[in-house]
Amino acid sequence: METTQQTESKIIELKPFADEMVVNMGPQHPSTHGVLRLELKLDGEVVREAIPHIGYLHRCFEKHSENLSYPQIIPFTDRMDYVAAMNQNWGFCLAVEKLMETDESRNFEVPERAEYLRVLICELNRIASHLLSFGTYGMDIGAFTPFLYAFRDRERLLLLFEKVCGARLTYNYIRIGGVSEIIPMEPGSIAEQNFLDEIEAFLDYFEPLIDEYNDLLTKNSIFAERTTRVAVMSAEMALSYGATGPNLRGSGVDWDLRRDEPYSIYDRFDFDVPVAVDVPELGSVVGDCWSRYKIRMDEMKESVRIVRQILAEGLPSGPVMADLKAVRPPQGEIYFRSEAPRGELGFYIVSDGTPKPVRLKGRSPCFSALSALQELSRGLMVADIIAIIGSIDIVMGEVDR
Amino acid sequence: MKPEEIYEVLTKQFGEAVLGFDTELAGDPSIRIAPSAITDVCQYLAETDTLAFDSLMCLSGADLSAKDEEFAVVYHIYAMQHRHSIVLKAMVPKTNPHLPSVSHIWKTADWHEREAYDLYGILFEGHQDLRRILLPDDWDGYPLRKDYKEPEFYRGMRVPY
Repeated sequence: METTQQTESKIIELKPFADEMVVNMGPQHPSTHGVLRLELKLDGEVVREAIPHIGYLHRCFEKHSENLSYPQIIPFTDRMDYVAAMNQNWGFCLAVEKLMETDESRNFEVPERAEYLRVLICELNRIASHLLSFGTYGMDIGAFTPFLYAFRDRERLLLLFEKVCGARLTYNYIRIGGVSEIIPMEPGSIAEQNFLDEIEAFLDYFEPLIDEYNDLLTKNSIFAERTTRVAVMSAEMALSYGATGPNLRGSGVDWDLRRDEPYSIYDRFDFDVPVAVDVPELGSVVGDCWSRYKIRMDEMKESVRIVRQILAEGLPSGPVMADLKAVRPPQGEIYFRSEAPRGELGFYIVSDGTPKPVRLKGRSPCFSALSALQELSRGLMVADIIAIIGSIDIVMGEVDR
Repeated sequence: MKPEEIYEVLTKQFGEAVLGFDTELAGDPSIRIAPSAITDVCQYLAETDTLAFDSLMCLSGADLSAKDEEFAVVYHIYAMQHRHSIVLKAMVPKTNPHLPSVSHIWKTADWHEREAYDLYGILFEGHQDLRRILLPDDWDGYPLRKDYKEPEFYRGMRVPY
């Protein structure tokens, strides 16, 4: 095989101590939430070092994007965080819209109806994502039942998404300038009423269940033993590592982009931002695995609140798509971040005025949060590694892009 | 603080290491910094109380055109307390792209710099563990460079198989 000058010979050196054992955890491991390989250096059962090796799901998202027009990129964002794809679509579209807004000659506005549909769908998607996180975290720790409960409820949400865009996971629903109208839903029609009724029925069914799940898993003493006071991430550490979303709030930082830098129409809704506090009766301290997990449980309630406010107001009538002739942002660059279920999803776009981006970078919240794993896991037990990975809630599709 | 004010503060502090303030194009304005000074500037931004940039949102490499002689390294930084943000840009020559690392200031830069190295071949001096992160260790070349050619073979396998 011919090699170029750029080839660097890589000699992987392992210098085990007398008592040290090197164990590979993954890439195929049920509790790594995808294909993540951890190189564990163990002293008995104590982890001296856990070195994450990522990239097994790398699909060159950024390289692909440079050869695609902006609307064509949206399906690729679906495949980043595939359990919260609506939020990924939205984050990308917001960034492109923001860049296009800077050009006054091509003025356009996202229609009200589309904004409401976006918030409605994305908050439901947040619930679906947190449900998956809750279910799989229980299973990682050894509680099988929550997984079945969570997937039962998530299924109802996936059916709803299927009705709105025809897909269960990779939606391509939110488009630049509005939302897609693949399945028409006229304002005030029976189809719309049925759709909203179905969501309401789901919320009525689901809201009391959150408390049941808290009884089932959150307050379970075996679960609490496994997760409280494990891998405490201080607020400074979380900020320095770029941990965002539930991981940052789990470290006690009161920060949510939906409230603090409101985009779209989030400023119209009334919701709280859950922030971790010490819970002495379970032994939890701010920043431990249990706190990060608990934030997600509380956030589901807030999402229900937001969706209920939309249902009470009703969807405004009008079009769902802005009148855009072509998606061609002006020459310039933008970085825009939005609050996805796993944290701050940022897109850095450089445009030269053509229909394709010159550079597109997806700033993945999981990528940053996972980089803290090495420091978090030092000196803990092997079983704690599982608890940490579940609590920072990573999706490898987004880490590797 | 507004980006213009931050630019003024930086010019006062660092003089010629601050190369300019780009506002002509649409979107975020950015401050161009000499690559050799990037660590000092970032340290100053992070440690001065009135600025207090405590969060590095994003660090990206960029190759804007095959004709350009330089890569850009772009820093998007945010201050949680003051709620202001700034974009820094350092241009490094394509023939020998290197600049100091900021991974000791914000730990998230560790993996982001590894990614920029992996995809663009930009070397970050002083980085503890600069090796490929997304691509396999034995990958040839840096795929996000505009002049990158896909290899014909990878480990003896024809690539467009």
